[in-house]
Amino acid sequence: MISCEKAAIICNKTQYKEASFIEKLKLQFHFLMCKTCSAFTKKNTEFTTLCEKANLQSLSEKEKLKMKELVQTKR
Amino acid sequence: MTALKFSESKKNIKVIKLNTVTFDNDSKKMASHQLNPDNWVDQYADYLFNFAVSRVSNSEIAKDLVQETFFAGLKSAKNYKGEAAERTWLIAILKRKVIDHYRKINSNKGKAEVRMSYSSASDAEGDWLEEQVADPFSKLENNPIENEELGIAIQDCISKLPKKQALVFKMKTIQRISTEDICNELGINPSNLWVMIHRSRTALMGCLNKNWF
Repeated sequence: MISCEKAAIICNKTQYKEASFIEKLKLQFHFLMCKTCSAFTKKNTEFTTLCEKANLQSLSEKEKLKMKELVQTKR
Repeated sequence: MTALKFSESKKNIKVIKLNTVTFDNDSKKMASHQLNPDNWVDQYADYLFNFAVSRVSNSEIAKDLVQETFFAGLKSAKNYKGEAAERTWLIAILKRKVIDHYRKINSNKGKAEVRMSYSSASDAEGDWLEEQVADPFSKLENNPIENEELGIAIQDCISKLPKKQALVFKMKTIQRISTEDICNELGINPSNLWVMIHRSRTALMGCLNKNWF
């Protein structure tokens, strides 16, 4: 038996494909008893596909640091 | 008849939108904005970068454009009247930079050319000619304008997160750094990380619910 908090953490791990087989089994078992968590998982998975679809981009911390320095020099 | 109805409802939407815009402007005028260049990179770099990437589809050029935007912002900071929010003002500069960029590459070639650029390297591979044909069964995934707006909406929501949560979420989801590396870099343990991921994800879903769905 696992709590909803743990189930949520495992659910998030599955979004990044980092949940172990046993964890996934526990999660599936939890779903049988908890409709809230299965609904949350559905939403969470949807959110993951949205993120993939959006093709998000971000600058790495290194690049930002470099930018900051350059901005400082121009001031 | 139905077409007429449709256009009418569209008009209504436009009117409502216009109303909200003027309302926004009024509330903004009351609180005049200030520039804070020290926070620019932290607060707006990713947002501007996403915007730029969606316009020039090359991350190196996009990065340069963002950098130039910051420089131009510093240069003309004294002309800032505080009417628009800082970010809106920076986006306006970036838009000019994007236009300048296209002018430059077109004048290099001389003549007015129609250029097609593909959003990623994978687009150029394989039998893409066939893939350009619209697939009637997937209306959503292939709508670039909608996806672009979606990206900006998500980025908008990320910027509302607490700093550390935003950082962890970006590292994990966008840069796809492994859990172990993130933990080492930030000096946290994995369960810490997953709790932060959980909080940021629920917050983002709530934010998107309000603004997107």
